[in-house]
Amino acid sequence: MEWLNAVVQGTLLGGLYALFAAGLSLIFGIMRLVNIAHGDLIVLGAYLGLVVTTSTGLHPLLALAFVVPAMALIGYALQRGLLNQTLGDDLLPPLLVTFGLSVILQNGLLEVFTADPQKISAGALETASISAGGLSLGILPVLTFAIAIAVIWGLQWTFYHTALGRAFRAVSDNQDIAQLMGLNRRHIFGLAMALALGVTAIAGVLLGIRTSFDPSIGSGRLIFGFEAVIIGGLGNLWGTLVGGVILGVAQTIGAKFDPGWQILAGHVAFLVILAIRPNGLFPRVSA
Amino acid sequence: MTTQTHTITRSSNAARVAAVIGALVLIVLIAAPWWAGRADMRLMGELFLYLALASLWNLLAGYAGLVSVGQQAFVGFGGYMLFALTIFGGLHPLAAIALAGMLGALISVPVAVLIFRLRGAYFAIGTWVIAEVFRLGFAQISALGGGSGSSLPVAIVKSLADKRAMRESLSYWLALGAAILVITAVYLFLRSRKGLALTAIRDNELAASSLGIDIWRTKFIVYVVTSALTAMIGALIFLQKLRISPDAAFNVNDWTAFVIFIVVIGGIGTIEGPIIGALVFFALRETLADLGTIYLMVLGLVAIVMMLKAPKGIWGLIRSRFDLQIFPLGYRVIASEGPTSPETEKEA
Repeated sequence: MEWLNAVVQGTLLGGLYALFAAGLSLIFGIMRLVNIAHGDLIVLGAYLGLVVTTSTGLHPLLALAFVVPAMALIGYALQRGLLNQTLGDDLLPPLLVTFGLSVILQNGLLEVFTADPQKISAGALETASISAGGLSLGILPVLTFAIAIAVIWGLQWTFYHTALGRAFRAVSDNQDIAQLMGLNRRHIFGLAMALALGVTAIAGVLLGIRTSFDPSIGSGRLIFGFEAVIIGGLGNLWGTLVGGVILGVAQTIGAKFDPGWQILAGHVAFLVILAIRPNGLFPRVSA
Repeated sequence: MTTQTHTITRSSNAARVAAVIGALVLIVLIAAPWWAGRADMRLMGELFLYLALASLWNLLAGYAGLVSVGQQAFVGFGGYMLFALTIFGGLHPLAAIALAGMLGALISVPVAVLIFRLRGAYFAIGTWVIAEVFRLGFAQISALGGGSGSSLPVAIVKSLADKRAMRESLSYWLALGAAILVITAVYLFLRSRKGLALTAIRDNELAASSLGIDIWRTKFIVYVVTSALTAMIGALIFLQKLRISPDAAFNVNDWTAFVIFIVVIGGIGTIEGPIIGALVFFALRETLADLGTIYLMVLGLVAIVMMLKAPKGIWGLIRSRFDLQIFPLGYRVIASEGPTSPETEKEA
């Protein structure tokens, strides 16, 4: 029963990791950009959630109505103002620019919010739980998992059933021809980053309700998100969810043996999958 | 029309002048214990170690296209090996540093086999995961102090030299020696046949492989050699610090972010770049360090602006203006009786 519990809790944790990863996967799929600052942007989302909830007294889930558009706006501005200039055949500029961005964000947050751990207060939601088949499930993790499924379904739907999704797929397939067909790829990339950071905002707020956070935890979240993307297979959003779940389960099972092994077990699971299936479980595009 | 006689040379007047000046500077630097204060020597020692790390990262990222953000894995590994080999193995610190390098090469082989499956930016984050695995792994070893780390016993420190002044001089010379060793090794490697293959890969991977260059093998060798040298530098760093902990040993900011800034600011893909970058970085640090987090934000901003506006760094700007090469890698054709354009340079 204890083991079943670990697996179930790990699966639910995987929902949060999938949300970390969805933005990363989206951006990579559309413009082959790997955003090293992604983890710090998740933390930025958490801090924005904190600011909105403490200043307005809103419930954090309602605060998303402000945080998501704000992050989307930041994403669009960031892409058009900075990241579009780095795109090209050379992989070094985007990598180093987002790396610099990560350092700026992390220290900027440190300057404004200090290194004290913070937490978004969500009242009864934090501790509420339901019993199912002898297991006790937290409402928040279940909700997080449901949101992860909804978000990924929503992204899939956007991708394959809307004009915007068609534009995303077009620039992903061939930027130059898409441009010839009248799509402004700079604008499309901006929208893609806006969408990705909107998802990141949800991930950040849910992270902030679940655990305490401080400006330094971004890189850890980036790595979890990255591992979920690679395990699931590049460019496959449902695969990313599976990757998140595998990572979450590996961590909770590792923690069952020894609390010190929790994170390590996740990394080891990732490396094992990398060794036996270098392209992930369900690859769609090659890196 | 006269028959043109021409010679092919790698050297140039600038390089010869620079070599003479470099030799003089080196003599002055070697003599530092006789003219510099204790704090200055410490600072210069640190600069040399950063210069060595930057040159190695530059070889990896600038020449082999292996953009790693996980070199702290080998810095920390080397540091921990120094502690383990001296405390439990009873080795002399200098022997431990050499052995740490060999062990670094050994451990980098399975690491390379695994992460070479990832391409580009995913390779970068993959190296970071490896560094995290190392950090969490060493935090589990209670004999080395677990998560809180351990200090180097006094007896081991004393085995280096009895007198404190002698120890400080020795540690300074080791740092200087390490920097010179690394720069010389990188220079000679790039001038060799393997180095030529590496440059070809950097310029065009497809063309290089069609010329019969084994890309995977070449990159693999560079990765292993770089890892070994990085581990040795790591051992030296923690021989100076005398204390190690997982968070300090595998710190991404200290051992990778700063190193990347040095290379990018100085000029990636050149041997001169890291030297200039290290000087600029330390000048910035010494003037702005009191600002704390603002200083790091400035550093991030400088790196971004540099990457967007001058991707070849400070040395790239200088070179495009004056056609200088202090460490000549390319070949020059010099025509002795050519009527116009006496010098044409061909990049190797």
